[in-house]
Amino acid sequence: MNSIILQTATRVLVALILVFSVYMLLRGHNYPGGGFIAGLIAASAFALFAMAWGMEAAQSALRIPPGNLAVSGVALAGLSGLMAIFYGDGPFSGQWLTLIGAKEEDGIVISNVLFFDIGVYLTVLGAVLTLIFALEEAS
Amino acid sequence: MEGPLAVVVGILIATGVYLMLARDLLHYLFGLVLISNAANLAIFIAGRLTRASPPLIPEGQEAPQIVVANPLPQALILTAIVIGFGLLAFALALIAQVYRELGTLDVDRMRIAEPVRPKRKKSL
Amino acid sequence: MSWLLALPFFIPITTALIAFLARGRKHLCSVISITGCFAALCVSIAIVTLVVSGGPQAAQMGDWQAPYGITLIADRLSAVMLLISAIVGLCVALFAISDINENRVKLGFHCFFQLLLAGVSGSFVTGDLFNLYVWFEVMLIASFALLVLGGEKIQLDGGIKYVALNLVSTLLMLTSIGLLYGLTGTLNMAQLHISLAEVDNPVAISTLAVIFICAFGIKAAIFPLFFWLPASYHVPPVAVTAVFAGLLTKVGVYALIRTFTLIFPNDLGFTQNILLGAALLTMLTGVLGAAAQYEFRKILSFHIISQIGFLILGLALNSPLALAGTVFYMIHNIVAKTNLFLISGTAQRLAGSYELNEIGGLYKASPLLSTFFFIAAFSLAGFPPLSGFWAKLLLVKASLDQTAYFVTAVALITGALTLFSMSKIWAEAFWKPHPQGHCKSLYSLSVAERLQRLLPVSLLASITLILGFMPEPFIEYALGTAGELLHPDDYLEAVLTGSSH
Repeated sequence: MNSIILQTATRVLVALILVFSVYMLLRGHNYPGGGFIAGLIAASAFALFAMAWGMEAAQSALRIPPGNLAVSGVALAGLSGLMAIFYGDGPFSGQWLTLIGAKEEDGIVISNVLFFDIGVYLTVLGAVLTLIFALEEAS
Repeated sequence: MEGPLAVVVGILIATGVYLMLARDLLHYLFGLVLISNAANLAIFIAGRLTRASPPLIPEGQEAPQIVVANPLPQALILTAIVIGFGLLAFALALIAQVYRELGTLDVDRMRIAEPVRPKRKKSL
Repeated sequence: MSWLLALPFFIPITTALIAFLARGRKHLCSVISITGCFAALCVSIAIVTLVVSGGPQAAQMGDWQAPYGITLIADRLSAVMLLISAIVGLCVALFAISDINENRVKLGFHCFFQLLLAGVSGSFVTGDLFNLYVWFEVMLIASFALLVLGGEKIQLDGGIKYVALNLVSTLLMLTSIGLLYGLTGTLNMAQLHISLAEVDNPVAISTLAVIFICAFGIKAAIFPLFFWLPASYHVPPVAVTAVFAGLLTKVGVYALIRTFTLIFPNDLGFTQNILLGAALLTMLTGVLGAAAQYEFRKILSFHIISQIGFLILGLALNSPLALAGTVFYMIHNIVAKTNLFLISGTAQRLAGSYELNEIGGLYKASPLLSTFFFIAAFSLAGFPPLSGFWAKLLLVKASLDQTAYFVTAVALITGALTLFSMSKIWAEAFWKPHPQGHCKSLYSLSVAERLQRLLPVSLLASITLILGFMPEPFIEYALGTAGELLHPDDYLEAVLTGSSH
């Protein structure tokens, strides 16, 4: 598609959608949202980019092959499940790491659940983009 | 609410089966999509429908304080949707590839793997 | 403890990830794949020894106690299935070095192969019905990819039929899981055993049982739901067919055994009759279909169906001896079937085709390969004292004990017809001279390729021989398995009373 309106709007929209997807990802920790939906949103940003600027532009904008993105996502999710081994708990059990302050007193706490969610995000983004690129290249 | 939705599931499955009876592969796939949605809806109904709050536990509590919706079917459906999405996307890509390579979507004309008249040995 | 039970799928998934990153380099990929399979084999041996000495072992994922979290459980059935699938995985990974070309490795063959193994192992260790569905899908998507990898026309044609019919099975399984949840409020298999006994709705339970038979029946390829199998199994490279033949349909059978011994044990009569009818017809149609074929791999594919009939037969008869027969048959059949497909691949490499009327002279060209074929094929046909004989003996004895003479007759006829098919392959491919006058000898292959092709075959053949000449410990194990399946008290206790610590 070669439309100036779409191309101009896309420049702004893609950035906005990507930021929104990260917001959705982090929000999913305590509220509705999460890695899956955020990954879909991010994938829609690249799909939009591909529509406006073409497949090659979208691929070079992504920089990493989407397949690798998906695989690294699965690896991250798997690793977050393995984290429990250092604490002597069962596989995939939740672990919280306190960064600043104490957990009870509004300190900053980071959990392996978050890493799992980021893994899901990357996997969904990579898998959907693999598919979109494959279908688009074929047609 | 379960009753009407159960009827919807039935209609979805009936429509899906009707589409799947077509020779055309794309119709078949659309039928599968409908049945896949019907299956998800069936799980959703199986968790019972209630007018209740989202199953979120307020801060500082161990359990929800009010009646909440059953979260398990929703988690199951989410998983099922993701898997169904992956499978159907793969099937769609495969059908596109099949159409390009074989030039048809009519399953009756796809006889490369199983030729109608297989090679017989003529003589020993 | 809980980590050990997670390893059977953790290892293949990790291997798949590494193999994906290394997919550009064929030899590195093979090394990674074989290492992963070997590690999985060690883990499954550990699980088997643990289960034999200490009964069923359960682990709760994420430390969520059953029935709220996902439970992993290994009892005797799971453990032996894990072991046998690890052996098959290792053999096929070895064979794949020479059978899978560079292009397919680049497209990610080893990644999908390991994912398939992860799906299979996951299905065997899970104690949760929905988790079983997830592992089925992992297995399914990997098998889709393996089937069409390379993208030849014949592969796409066979692949589309495989995909279309297996998706139906997936949807049936999902629907029935949803309905079962609506009926009981749980999906933990052990809890279902208890909860379903309290549900006073025989119509709903019978309906569900039948949907489950259809869903798993498509996966297991029982009559009349098997049409995807002969349409697709001869299209991919033979290493892929071998792992499919060994494991995929057996996972369906495993799911049927689990469902109808653990979840629906109180609904006998009705479903048992359906299973019995399906089993007999599966045995006969499979073997008759094979008799009509003239292509090496198509004959073997139809025999997979026929053998599935025997496995279901043991489940349908539902006595300790019959279930033990099913378990023993499963072990024997996975080994022999995988081996036959691997041998057919080497036969094609030497003689140039899978069509029986285009090949011949293999016995003269390579007596060693012929010996291995003889062991596997005649074990499948049930020749004493090979492993298939003991497997069939257990099932026939079980049917005689129940005075089901008709069943005995069908089993024996099927055995005779299997012998006919195997003799046909033997006479056409091995005995008669090659129609074009030349059949390469094994020594025309390079030393490395010979080793890659013969090592897995000889390993599987030796297992067949061990099963045949020393069946007692294995039959004893199978009887123990049948006891656990029919009286799942230990299983329930392991899952539900938090034995994770």
